[in-house]
Amino acid sequence: MIWIDTIVQGILLGGLYALFAAGLSLVFGIMRLVNLAHGDLIVLGSYVILFVVSALGINPFLAAALAAPVMFLLGWVLQKLVLNRTLGEDILPPLLVTFGLSIVIQNGLLEGFSADSQRMSLGALETASVSLGPITMGVMPLMTFASAILVIVALNQLFYRTAIGRAFRATSDDATTASLMGIRPDRVFASATAIAMLVVTIAALYLGTRANFDPSIGPARLIYAFEAVIIGGLGSLWGTLIGGIIIGVAQTLGAAINPEWQILAGHVAFLIVLLVRPRGLFPKGA
Amino acid sequence: MSATYSVTTRTKSSSIAVLLAVLSVAVLIAAPGFAARGTIQDLFFILTMLTLAQFWNLLAGYGGLVSVGQQAFVGLGAYALYGAVILGGIDPVMSILVAGVAALLLAVPTGFFAFRLHGAYFAIGTWVIAEVVRLSVAQWRSVGGGTGTSLPREALREMVLVDWIQELFGVRSSAARDILAYWIALALAVGTITGIYWLLRSKRGLALSAVRDNIEAAQSVGVDAGRMRWLVFLTSAFGTGLAGGLIYLQKARISPDAAFSVTDWTAYVIFIVVIGGIGTIEGPILGVLIFFLLQNLLADYGSWYLMILGLIGIGVMLFAPRGLWGLISEKTGLQLFPVRRRLVGGQLTNKEG
Repeated sequence: MIWIDTIVQGILLGGLYALFAAGLSLVFGIMRLVNLAHGDLIVLGSYVILFVVSALGINPFLAAALAAPVMFLLGWVLQKLVLNRTLGEDILPPLLVTFGLSIVIQNGLLEGFSADSQRMSLGALETASVSLGPITMGVMPLMTFASAILVIVALNQLFYRTAIGRAFRATSDDATTASLMGIRPDRVFASATAIAMLVVTIAALYLGTRANFDPSIGPARLIYAFEAVIIGGLGSLWGTLIGGIIIGVAQTLGAAINPEWQILAGHVAFLIVLLVRPRGLFPKGA
Repeated sequence: MSATYSVTTRTKSSSIAVLLAVLSVAVLIAAPGFAARGTIQDLFFILTMLTLAQFWNLLAGYGGLVSVGQQAFVGLGAYALYGAVILGGIDPVMSILVAGVAALLLAVPTGFFAFRLHGAYFAIGTWVIAEVVRLSVAQWRSVGGGTGTSLPREALREMVLVDWIQELFGVRSSAARDILAYWIALALAVGTITGIYWLLRSKRGLALSAVRDNIEAAQSVGVDAGRMRWLVFLTSAFGTGLAGGLIYLQKARISPDAAFSVTDWTAYVIFIVVIGGIGTIEGPILGVLIFFLLQNLLADYGSWYLMILGLIGIGVMLFAPRGLWGLISEKTGLQLFPVRRRLVGGQLTNKEG
């Protein structure tokens, strides 16, 4: 029974990783940009929410709603002014610029908020749980998982049901032809990153309320997100959720055997999938 | 008319550069005779960072393989050296070779996994593998597990050549060890630069540039792109492992978090190459000097230092993607290590002359 419990906790943890990954996957899908600062942007989001919480003394959920437009704008400006300049055939500029950005964000946060680990309190919600037969599930992990599903449904709707989604797909397929049809790729990319930053804000809310965070934890979040994306297969958001779940389950199973193996087990699961299915479990167009 | 022209890469400035390089190496070899111990330690730091930068530049600037996981090879090389000294009782200096070989062996499975990922995903893939190696090494109890360990005093005291250096310069054993490490670092850096320069001027170097510039065109004239990738990846891993072993031989103390630090062994190295000028041999040399100056200027400002370094790196990448050396050589046409092949002699030049 304890194993089933461990696996359920792992699946719920996978929801958090899928949230980390969704923004990364969105940006890559539209402009083939791998943002090495993605994890640090999530941590930055947690600090923005923390700042609002402590300045206004409000609930983190409300604070996240206030932080979301700030992050949205930040994403737009970042893409329009910096990242758009790096796009092109050469993969070096985007990688090196976002890597630089990652270092800048980490050390900026270190300067502004110190290296102390922080946490946002949710009161009774933190320990609340529901029992389903013999399995007990925390309310927060359940909410995280539900949010991940909602985010994926919403992004898919956006992609296939709206005008901006059409512009995203068109630009992703062929930016030159799309621009002949009156689409401005630079704006489309800026909107995509802005929307990705909304997802980042949601991820940041759960990162900051479920565990301690400090300025240095961004790169590890990037790695989990990346593993989820690759396991799922590039371009498939539902695949990304499955990828997150695989990492989550591997981690909780590893931790159940030996607490020191938690992170390692997740990485090993990723390497096994990479070995067996190099293009991921659900590659697009296969 | 036969054999009146030849293919050469030599220019007037490169001949002067060779002369200058020989002179500076001579001065650097003699440096322990007149420089203070602090200076020797600074030079050691510069030379080892230069070696790491040259190998990353070979990967990214020439091979098009952007690795963010070089700390795997630094860390594993360093730990292999500690393992060889502590468990195998091998002389620390000889163990540097063990460090290189260990990194080379690690590069085989790393390449096997990472080459399945393309472009940007290759970068994060190497990072994941570096994390796996760090977490695994932290489980290795006999070299201190997660908390790390030190090199045993006896092994350091009995290191080869230390007695000789002590007598030669009349210094204590600890200073003599620094001098020995410095000389090895100098040899490694000079060997790395000459080796890479030789590689780039050879037939393989031409193939390498061809693959980087246009992989389809290169393949269509018979270049084996996959083999070139393996060649640079394995070479870089070996060299990075040697440097890692040497760095931690000099530090004499190791822990997994320090030896596998992405900031120290990959971020700094990337900034050195980008700021100096990626895809040139001169770039990392210029970059490491700027890096060292910045570090000394901003040493008291803690995390501001890294922030500024990051911003400079971003600025250079956006506005001068070929780095400072790129700007200099564009303005002046100067090339100290030219790899471009030119025709010299032959009919056309004869008519003029």
